[in-house]
Formats: sequence, structure tokens, C-alpha cells
Amino acid sequence: MSAALSLEGLRLGYEGPGGLHTVVEDFSLALDAGDIGCLLGPSGCGKSTVLRAIAGFEPVRAGRIRLGGVTLSSPEVHLPPERRRVGMMFQEYALFPHLDAARNVAFGLRRLPHAEQHRRVAKMLALVGLPDAGERHPHQLSGGQQQRIALARALAPEPALLLLDEPFSNLDGATRERLTAEVREILKAAGQTAVLVTHNEAEARAMADCVGVMDEGRLRSWDTPSQD
Amino acid sequence: MTIALGVLAPVLSLLWLAFGSGLGHWARLVRDVLPQAALDTAVLLAGVGLLVLVIGTGCAWLVSTCDFPGRGVLHWALLLPLAMPTYIVAFAYLDLLHPLGPVQGALRWLLGFDSPRQFRLPDLRSMPGAIFVLGFVLYPYVYMTARAMFMTQPAHLMEAARSLGESRAGAFFRVALPLARPALAVGLSLALLETLNDIGASEFLGIRTLTVAVYTTWITRSDLAGAAQIASAMLLVVIALVLLERHGRRRQRFGSAQRMRAIQPRRLHGTAAWLASAAAALPVLVGFAAPALHLVWETVKRLRQGNGISGALIDSLLNTLGVAAGVTVVAVAAGLVVAWAIRAQGSTHDGARWQGRAATLGYAVPGTVLAIGLLTPALAADAALATLIGHPGLPLMGAGVVLVVACAIRFLAMPVGGIEAGLARIPPALEQAARLLGESTGGTLRRVHLPLLRPAIAASALLVFVDAMKELPATLLLRPANFDTLATRLYAEAARGTYEEGAIAALAIVVAGLLPVVLLARHGLSETTA
Repeated sequence: MSAALSLEGLRLGYEGPGGLHTVVEDFSLALDAGDIGCLLGPSGCGKSTVLRAIAGFEPVRAGRIRLGGVTLSSPEVHLPPERRRVGMMFQEYALFPHLDAARNVAFGLRRLPHAEQHRRVAKMLALVGLPDAGERHPHQLSGGQQQRIALARALAPEPALLLLDEPFSNLDGATRERLTAEVREILKAAGQTAVLVTHNEAEARAMADCVGVMDEGRLRSWDTPSQD
Repeated sequence: MTIALGVLAPVLSLLWLAFGSGLGHWARLVRDVLPQAALDTAVLLAGVGLLVLVIGTGCAWLVSTCDFPGRGVLHWALLLPLAMPTYIVAFAYLDLLHPLGPVQGALRWLLGFDSPRQFRLPDLRSMPGAIFVLGFVLYPYVYMTARAMFMTQPAHLMEAARSLGESRAGAFFRVALPLARPALAVGLSLALLETLNDIGASEFLGIRTLTVAVYTTWITRSDLAGAAQIASAMLLVVIALVLLERHGRRRQRFGSAQRMRAIQPRRLHGTAAWLASAAAALPVLVGFAAPALHLVWETVKRLRQGNGISGALIDSLLNTLGVAAGVTVVAVAAGLVVAWAIRAQGSTHDGARWQGRAATLGYAVPGTVLAIGLLTPALAADAALATLIGHPGLPLMGAGVVLVVACAIRFLAMPVGGIEAGLARIPPALEQAARLLGESTGGTLRRVHLPLLRPAIAASALLVFVDAMKELPATLLLRPANFDTLATRLYAEAARGTYEEGAIAALAIVVAGLLPVVLLARHGLSETTA
């Protein structure tokens, strides 16, 4: 099976005084369709930068990013974020505070006919286990509920790849354990290819099919977690 | 970029006008007009500056370090004079303190005199009178910045000074005041810019300032080049004041970086408490309560006489609302564009910063200076447009377009600042989320930012609307023929010395002016209690 996502020899960094400041160097990995990959590492190791580069918020200095055979980013190519078919669940959820849950989920479905939007929103809310939360605004939802709405919103446009940035870091321990398993089930049920970023090893092993350990901007290993 | 150029255009045209007419003209101006006007302006600025510093700093110190009866109310009531345009206070006091008016009458009765010939207060139409009026109206600019500074000053610095053997007063002068100096510079420069902008109060009180000189040179002598030359001289003063303000703001950033335990107010007892109450209440009384009550009284008296409100007054009210609405729409739309451009290019980008600054410099340029600068480009545009549509006349000036543009330039800083602050509060993740959900940059602006910015837009629209309602100097110069706003009507009546419906017009402006002050007071209170 050919890889859905492939990162090939990436170099990422920002322009500062005194030239390019490299954050990620010589970074390569491949992820099969339907698999969940995870980048594990301490804060500041560059894992979020990789995620932001896949989403299209960081320029690629060398190497390239491909998704389903299409080049998203290279030093010559930069597809704008809205045309990448990449979805993202943000660490702080980034729900639109002026829209209720249903309108948040429907935000990326604007090009669909109205009835179809409606159907898809209902399906997504049911998938994340909040079928009746559609009319509530983000501030009326608990942290765990906000997270599920954020997941529903990211899944609704059926992205080719879903990115999750520290998805459980804002939740308390018990909720975190329960949701880790639940989110994995939801992603597997949707057949969703996904990349997760975390600094929590237990979370990485519970969620992912492939775990990559990152340190100082380099990928140290990339393999299947031991099943024990 | 275009908007920044639009703001700079009047200044450039002003300089071109001023220097294009040859040096002979300058010589006459320097000999006849400038020395007296410049001297009067300098004395006025110095006097007002001293008075606003004393009142503003004193009151700010009292309410932030002492507790006395009425402190809770005075805390925000001290901001009220902001609602009063200077020309309205001057107008009210001319009436109140008239030799045959209520105050002097009461004084004579108290002292047992029965004719103004035996006893009268010094005439308000004098330099001290003008300093008195402007000082008591403009001190809130200093009060506001000074209070914010005193409230956030860490208490342990004062305690350190006391433990090193300083008295309370000594600690104030050696520690608190020097720390507050940048804040005071900001407040002072804003108050002085208002003084420079003022045309009504100085004119009513007979002070021939540079602003008045610009106005009369153009209106009575039709000497545009002369007016432009005086206006460029004023620009020098403006530049000095803006530099003072910028300098203050830069230093302020370092001052308020640390967050520590704030100074706790000390409870005063007995005579000291009542003296403090009286001292802090006096500016509110003089700068707001007395003139406002006088206007209410005159309005009631006038309405009781059964004359009702004349059609002309209704017309000027409608004109005022129309101009203010137009200015609000233009200024807020331009503010959105400028704030968005600054954000899109990143605040570190030098070009964007420079353009943003240029676009918001209008608040510093006095209305008369701006108007004279706009006249030439406006008349040229009118001439071109008139030949284009084959209809003689002044299509832009006549329709009030130039007036709206001038006011929008002058008040652009408020929407730009408000919307920039609003944008800064929207987390970048929201924008990124919208982009990943398939929305373009423009779509994100429309579907995410605009709805979230609504409160910021509404607040700055209110500020612009009210300021446009109060605006006098630029309106006087740029309004279409036979077009009166409430402010120009009041000005005409006061200049003629007839007091007909001026009080009603003034009261309408003051009531509108109270809205943003109440907003500001509430915002300020919630900020200090949080």
C-alpha cells in the first residue's frame, strides 16, 4: 500500500537576524491511509512546527510534503491552507465563540447544499456523542464537550488528513484517559488518516499505530508501539 | 497606503501653499500677525499646561492614595468634563459670570453692594479667564493617565522611600511623581493639542491665538496663502507635542512592566477628609456641573416661555446627525482597512508601521490646519468634477463631502486603535481553523473577524460619532454655504452675543458627549477592580 502522507527530507525554520534559524532538520516519514501517527517529544523539539508545516502555516525550506500523491509544500510549491484538504484540531480547540456548536461544525461545509449540510452536521454530532448539543455556544460547553465539537468540526469536511495538536492537554486526568480511547475509536470508525502531536508517552501509545520520537528537531525513531 | 497618503495630502498641500507664495508675503506675516498670535498661543499653552498638570495630578493622587467621603463617585466623576467641548464651557461661563449674571449678582447681594459699578469680578474675557476655562475642562486627560499610573505603581517603592526617612510628601515628589512623568507627558500633550485645536473658547474670550488667526485670515481676508503660513507655524507646535507624547508612551512601557501589590488608599479623618472631598469635587463642579446645570436651566427657561424649538434648530440637529453619521461610516471603514493592513503585514514590518502611524496622525492636526490644507485639493477636485459633469458649482464642497472627509481624517485614530486592539484579542488559531476549513483570507475576515470585532467597531463608531457632533473648527471652515450644525449655530450666537437657542444646542451636544465618558468611566472602573 502506498503512503498517504509522506514527508521527505524536510527542513523548517524561521528567518531571523543573522539568517535562517533551523528548527527541524532532515525530517522524513511515511504514513499509510487510515493509520494514526504520533510525534512524541518534549516541548520545543519542533513537533508542532512539523504539524504547522503540514497545515500550510510554515514555509518549507528544503524537502517536500506530499498527501495522496499531491505535493502540498516544497521550497517552490506552497498550496494555501484552505486548498490542502487537511483538517486540524487545535490545542485550545479554537471554536468560533460567536457561533453555536452546529454552526461551528457546519463552518467548512459552505459549498454543500443546505440539506446536505444539515445531514452531515447531525451525523458528526452523533459520531462524537453529542447529538443534542447543536444549539449550545462554546462557552456553555465543558472542556471535554468543546473538544468533541472541535473534532466534529475538523472531521465534517472529510479531510484527507487530520492533525491533532496536543488534543488532550487541557483536560484533567480521568477525562483524558476516557477520551483518548474514544477519539481513537471515532477516528478508526471514520477511517481517518491522522497525525497527533503530544509530549505524553502513555497517550501516544494508546492512540497511535505508529509513534515517532522527536528530539532537537530530528526524528530519532519511527515505528509501531510495542503491544504490552 | 492610499489612506496614509490621504491623511498626509492636506499637510503637503499646506506646505506648498505656504511656501509657494514668495518670501515677501512671509515678511509681512512675520511682522504683523505672527508675533502677537504666537505669543498669545504660547502664554495660553503654558498657563493651561500648568493648570491641567496641577489639577490632574493632584486629583489623581488624592483618589488613588487617600480614602475620603465621596471618593467612589469622584473617582469617575472627575472624567465628566471630557463630555464638555471647550467652546460650550466658555459659552456657559460668559453667561454665568456676566456682570449682571447670577454669580456676580449673588456675590453683590452677599457683600451688600447693589450695582455692578461698585463691585465686579475681573472680566472673564482675558488671558487668565481663558486659562481658567480651558484648564478646568481639559485636566481629565492628565487625570486619566496619572490615575492609571498611580494605581499600578508598586506600593513597595513608596514604602522603601518612607523607610529611608522620607515623609509622605517627600516620597510623592521623589518617587511617585518621577515614575509618573511619562504618563503625565502623554496626558499633558493631549490636553495641549486640544488647546491648540480650540477655536470657540479663545474667540469668545477674546484671545487671538494662532487658530483664531488662521480662521480670520481666510474667512475675513480671503487670504489662503496667509492662512496656510500661520497653519504651518502651528504644525511646528503640533510636531513638538506629538514628539512629547510619543516620548512619554515609549517610556511608559518600561514603567508598567512589573505587576506588584498596588498602593492601598489611606483613610482620612475629620477636617482632612472633608478638605480632600472639597478639593476633588471642585474640578467636577467648575468643569462640568456648573456649566451643565446652567445649560439645563436656560433650556428649561426657554422652553417654558412657550417659543418651543425653532425649525432652524431642528434643521441644524438633523445636519449634525447627518454629518456625524457620514463621518462615522467613512472613519470606521477606513479604520478597518488600516488595522487589517497593519495586521496582515505584521507589526514588525517597517512600512506597515509607518503607514499606520501616518494614517492616525490626524488627531494631532488642529481642525483649522486640516481644513486649510484640504481646501486646495478639494477645490481642484471640485473644478475637475464640475467640468466633467458639465455643471458649474462645487459638487464636493457643496454636498459636505469635504467636511466629512476632514472629520474622518481627524478622528481616524480611534477606529484604527480600537479595531487593532480588538484584532489582537482574536487568537490566531481561529484564523487558522477557518483557513483549514476551506475559507479564503477574505472569507475568514467576513465570517470570523467581523462578527467578533462587532463590539470594538461599535465602541469606536460611538466615539467618532460623538466627536464629529462636537467638532467646530473644521466644520466652520468646510461646511457648505447656509449649512449649520449645532456647534456652528452655537458659535454664531455666541459670537454675536445673542443667547437664543444656543443653550439648547449646547445641551444636546453635552448629552451626546456624556455617552462615551460613561463608557470610559465604566471601563476604567472594571479595569481597576479586576
